[in-house]
Parts: sequence; C-alpha cells; structure tokens
Amino acid sequence: MIRFANVFRAYPRGSLALKDVTFHVAKGEFAFLTGHSGAGKSTVLRLVYADEFPTAGEVRVSGFHTSTMASGDIPRLRRRLGIVFQDFRLLEDRTAEENVAFALEVTSARRAAIAPKVMRVLTQVGLAAKATAYPPELSGGEQQRVAIARALVNDPLVLLADEPTGNLDERATRGIFQLLRDINAAGTAVLMATHDLDLVRQTSYRVIELQQGTLVYDSGADDGLAERVMP
Amino acid sequence: MTLTVREALASFRRTPLLSALSVTTIAFALFVLGLFGLVALNLREALAAIQERVEIVLYLRRGTPVETATLALGDIESFPEVESAVYVSEDEALARARRELPEFQGVFTDLQANPLPASLEIRLKPAFRSSTHVNAVAERLRGFRFAEDIRFGRDWIEKLDRLRDVAAVVGLAVGAAFALASVIIIGTTIRMGVLHRSREIAIMRLVGATDGFVRRPFLLEGALKGALGGIGAVALNQAAFLTVDRLLFDATFFTLAQIGLIIAFGTMLGLLASAVSVRRHLGRPRS
Repeated sequence: MIRFANVFRAYPRGSLALKDVTFHVAKGEFAFLTGHSGAGKSTVLRLVYADEFPTAGEVRVSGFHTSTMASGDIPRLRRRLGIVFQDFRLLEDRTAEENVAFALEVTSARRAAIAPKVMRVLTQVGLAAKATAYPPELSGGEQQRVAIARALVNDPLVLLADEPTGNLDERATRGIFQLLRDINAAGTAVLMATHDLDLVRQTSYRVIELQQGTLVYDSGADDGLAERVMP
Repeated sequence: MTLTVREALASFRRTPLLSALSVTTIAFALFVLGLFGLVALNLREALAAIQERVEIVLYLRRGTPVETATLALGDIESFPEVESAVYVSEDEALARARRELPEFQGVFTDLQANPLPASLEIRLKPAFRSSTHVNAVAERLRGFRFAEDIRFGRDWIEKLDRLRDVAAVVGLAVGAAFALASVIIIGTTIRMGVLHRSREIAIMRLVGATDGFVRRPFLLEGALKGALGGIGAVALNQAAFLTVDRLLFDATFFTLAQIGLIIAFGTMLGLLASAVSVRRHLGRPRS
C-alpha cells in the first residue's frame, strides 16, 4: 500500500528532513507516525500524497512510484487517498455538504450520484443534521468531521491524517479518534501523524517514530527497530 | 450547467467586492485605452478631411483649344492616381472668382478682358494624396505642351504628410504604452483574484482535481471579467464621447465592429491574465 525504501528528503538549503527512512504500511492497517515537531512526520505524509518527492530512495503508494510518475498521475493517486489536516482546510464560503461534494465534483463524478454519497458520509461522521451549516458555524470537532467526510467520500484506500486532533479539546479528540478507528475497522488503512502520546498509548496500533528525520522505532518492523522501548 | 460555468459564476457571488473591483479596474484600464483610440480616430478623420482638399490645378496656355483640353482630360483620368479631372473654362473661372471673392467684386466688374486662364482641376484617389504621389502626377502633367503652370501647394502637402507621419508614430508609441499599461493592470487585478483563492486551489488539488479542472473556472472567470470590463469601458467611452460631441465639437465614435473589438480585447486580456496567473500558481516545479 505505502512503501518507503531508503528515502532521503533534502531541502534546497541542504538540511535533511528525512534520512534513510524505510517502512511499509499494509492494506487495512492503522499506523501512528509519531515524533516531536520537526521530526519529519508531515514530510512523510507529503511524500505519500506527492506534494513532495524523495531526493533519494523510493516511495511507492498504491502502485504509483512517485519519483517517476507523470504529473498527470498525481490527481489519480490523490483520488485513492483521503487527507485530513490539523487546520481542517475547509472552504469557508461553502456549506458542509458543499465541501464534501466538492471532492466528488473534481473527480467528475456523476451528478446524480453525488448527493446520496455526500449524505452517506456525513451520516457516517455524525454530521447529517448540520449538512447545510457553514464551517464558521461549526465547532472544531465538527469541522474536522466534515474534513474526514470529505476525505472519505471517494472511498480511499488509505486515510492520511496530519495531527487531526491538534486543534481539538479532549472530548472532540476522543470523538475524532474513535471515528478514525471506525473507518479503519471498515477496511480503510489509516496513517496518522500525531505527537499526542496519550492517544498512541490507548491502543495497540503500530507506531512509527521519527527523530530529526530518522526512523528510530517501528513497532511493526521485524528487525531491531521494534526492540526499542517506547519513550 | 457544467461545474466550470457554475464555479466561475459562483466566484462572483462569493467574492462580490473583489469581482466588482476587478471589473471596474479592467473597465477603467480599457477606458483610458479607448479614450486614446477615440482621439486617434478623430485625428485620423480630421487629417483625412484635410487631405480631401488635396488638388492639382493645371493652368492652360492662352489659346489652348477646348477640344485639346477635353482630349487631355481623358488621358489624365486614366492615370491610376486620378479620381476625377474637370475642365474649368476662362469664363467659369471668372464666374467662380466673382462668386467666391465678393470683396473684389468691383475689380472683376471693371475688367476689359478676362485675365483668368482656363484650367484642369485634378483630384487624386485617397491612397495617392501624399506629397510623393502628388509630385509624381504633377511632373507627368508638365509633359502636356499646353500646361502653363501647375499648382498644388507643395509646402502645404509636405507639412500635412509630416503631420500624418508624426501622428502615426506618436499614436503607435502612445497606443502601445497604453495597451501595455492595460495589460499589466488587468493582469495584476486578475492575479489578485487568483491569489485570493489560492487556498481553494490548494484544496482542489489535494482532493485530486487535475490542473485542467482547476484552471477552467479561472479562465472562464477571467474572460467574463474582461468582457464585463470591456462593456464598461465602451459605456465610459460613450459618455466621454457624448460630452465632447455636445459641448465641444462634432466627434466620431467607434463603429460597431470597433466596439466588438474592444470587448473582445478585454475578454482576451482577462483570459490571458488568468491563464498566466493560474499557470504560475500551478506550475510549482518538482523539488
């Protein structure tokens, strides 16, 4: 599903965001990507959704080899992914349902199929009653639910979540996390970047930890990296 | 209604102030260009009206038979530069002088004999009214044995020629400068709109929109703003024209085809400016 092989990512000034990172996330898996701010978590996610490309090494996502794929393939790759951010990234001048429908419209989905699909995912995230609300009228947790509904509406193979609970209070955090677990239970792989260790410790999901761009711990690896004690 | 059209129209509703600002800016940029066009158009008309009066007069030697002059007229009329040639007899010349110069009425009445010679008045086609052509025709006319004198106001025509050349060069330079300024202003205005929606573009791309899909509503929106700006510019020009026409002097306004051209120019500029702005926005190189 997602395969990183000896990935390096350097920035123009020479700083290394990732150093020789290797891991693999399988279909249907739930994995946390942890580490302090600046550890490289967001860089890993950007490499997955082809917003950045490896300086060396190989990133393969759902059959796409990101370094060599044509620019025209990037939208095709992203349609197989759902992406959720800490700051929600919703269009504030559109209602919740319009924000979700937008993700279908850009893929040229049949118009007749859009409304039922949108209502299905809004129901799934528990926001059917607020379909016509604009983002500023919703709480942070509700906005993140809209963002998750938008990520889900194209039936992605994997959901990438970059600090999805970073802006939320504890109650909303629990709700969003439970929602991500439910989504995973329904068969969608989830790769969630977070530095909330309390959240990580609540479950036995796989943990991939980065420190200053280097992978220092992977609970799912079958080599020495799995031996490291969780911090 | 396709998504492209819906999105393009929706942007006017979502950002009414910015859209109105863009259209107004485009309208004023094209208005200034249009004003210059009106000045150039009216100057050209004025010059053409003056050139209408370019005429060569061939004075005949005394005693030249009318038949000879009439035969020569046929020859002269077959010159490619000549529009018309008219024979003016001595009597007609005197009658005209009496009519057109009433202050010399007394002089003409006391005359024992008519001192005015017969002449051939030759008018040239519009394309041949420059000093070069007038000189060439005059030179050919000198070949007629009965030609006593040939007058065509050489200095006057040369000055007119220079004035026309200067007007053309200045018009081209100033017009190009105005056009360039319009392009820059319109480009910047449209770019502001695209930048304002950069978040939307980023989200569209994140959810898997192709660059073509992202680009299309912006192109349509740019073209619409350009067209509306063009219509606004024509309205402003019409108002300026009516003011001048009523208060100062008879002026000429654009033809329907020229109005269409202004609107098409606005549309094209809006489209191009959008294309460049979105292209810059989408064209981040792989790093």
